[in-house]
Amino acid sequence: MELVKQQRDTASDLKTQEYFVNMGPQHPSTHGVLRLVLGLDGEIITKVEPHIGYIHRSIEKMCEHDNYRQIVHLTDRMDYLSAHINNEAVCLAVENALEIEVPERARVIRTIFAELTRLASHQLWWGVMGMDLGALTAFLYGFRDREMINDIFEETCGARLTMNYNVPGGVMFDLHPNFHKRVKEFIAHFKTKLPEYDDLLSNNVIFRQRTEGVGILSKEDAISYGVTGPTARASGVSCDVRKLHPYSAYDRVDFKEILMEEGDSFARYKARVLEMWESLSIVEQLIDNIPEGDFQAPTKAVIKLPKGEYYQRVETARGELGVYIVSDGGKSPYRLKFRSPGFSNLFVLEKLAVGSKIADLVAIMSTIDIVVPDIDR
Amino acid sequence: MNAIVRYFAGIFKGLKTLATGMKVTGYYFSHARKEIITQQYPENRDTLQMFERFRGIVTMPHDENNEHRCTGCSACEVACPNGSIEILWQRLEDPETGKKKKTIDKFVYHYSMCTLCNLCILACPTDAIKMDQTFEYAVYDRKELTFILNKPGSKVRADVKE
Repeated sequence: MELVKQQRDTASDLKTQEYFVNMGPQHPSTHGVLRLVLGLDGEIITKVEPHIGYIHRSIEKMCEHDNYRQIVHLTDRMDYLSAHINNEAVCLAVENALEIEVPERARVIRTIFAELTRLASHQLWWGVMGMDLGALTAFLYGFRDREMINDIFEETCGARLTMNYNVPGGVMFDLHPNFHKRVKEFIAHFKTKLPEYDDLLSNNVIFRQRTEGVGILSKEDAISYGVTGPTARASGVSCDVRKLHPYSAYDRVDFKEILMEEGDSFARYKARVLEMWESLSIVEQLIDNIPEGDFQAPTKAVIKLPKGEYYQRVETARGELGVYIVSDGGKSPYRLKFRSPGFSNLFVLEKLAVGSKIADLVAIMSTIDIVVPDIDR
Repeated sequence: MNAIVRYFAGIFKGLKTLATGMKVTGYYFSHARKEIITQQYPENRDTLQMFERFRGIVTMPHDENNEHRCTGCSACEVACPNGSIEILWQRLEDPETGKKKKTIDKFVYHYSMCTLCNLCILACPTDAIKMDQTFEYAVYDRKELTFILNKPGSKVRADVKE
């Protein structure tokens, strides 16, 4: 005992030097090509500096050369886990500018697909979160349930991930005849499987100890950094675009906005798991009430937006996505800017991770749920 | 004393949650036949059925007389966001009237650039192209992914009007 105390005293007298370590661009827990420069004092993080741009594809610039129909498919490649919601954002912006009345059927279909996309995204996040913290089992369970949603997408849209199902004016095809059956099967299946998520991860002592009280994000920081989505709602910031500015069919469904108070990694985890229940209930409310009628409003062959500026925001699985179109009256936008949720959510890391250990940084990064192509665009 | 109690309580709680987790995985281990969802992909190739709307590659269906429905109007070329479709023209003499008429020579399709967004299929006024469900196109050279969709010697079907 005496020896340990003596050693500890000499250690505190030693001058330690701050040093820098690159985490990424190729690191399994950065979920893509993201490079974090960590300033370290021993194992304690003193500084985090995210370096982005490794997967920049200049989507915003490419949009300036494409017409309004062609832009939609590029947004699939931004946040590929909420591809349908990204498509919807661009289509809604174009429709609002042209003042097209979208058919009721298309609006309900879009909402169902958006919620299924959110579920698929959260399932993937849940699995990957478990894997980041060393539980590979979770990864396989998350992907098992996501597979059913991907099959539903594949049958109706023709693709599993980059669906490109929205077109300005509605959706590309009508629903597949099997759609109702498959969605109901999925709801029944997932309602029995979601409690398993709690058994496997949420109530596990090791998982709880690695997430509770780790990376606390205060309400003020969340607002000043522009954090949105479940990450901000876990800190008590009410920012659900579906609730505050309803679009598509969100005004006719009944759902709760999940708000947490703690703001730590476990609160962010819990917010997403509870959001899965809400998404499930939204799909359940809408699936039997899809109105009959057209799935697409007639649009002109060449879409030209009137001169002006248009902004549309939607709630993706990660937060608020804004589409800002500046039109000079031509068939392609003069400038198009995406306000992506991942960018703001990433840069709050420099507040969250300081003072914690490298292993905690992995847990924090998992819970803010970044998708790097969304940050770089 | 208190610390020791907490220490052992922690161990027992850990073992309990471990058992809860093992119960879930144990269920799937003992019910593997019922719950298994994995597909043995390369082995089940013969029975693998893709969904009818699945977008694998753009193809141009030909009928038994080696005739297709493409007039070469280049609506798909205009609609394509990535420039993966090129329509090459030729001027052929019409045997009935003797006038020279623009007809399609080659429908060049660069699969390596295609994002399978389906916009060309929607744009086609004569339903000449469609999406096929095949998807195994791994090759060693990118050049092998450039296809000419209309078959050699094929003609436009007589009932297709521009």
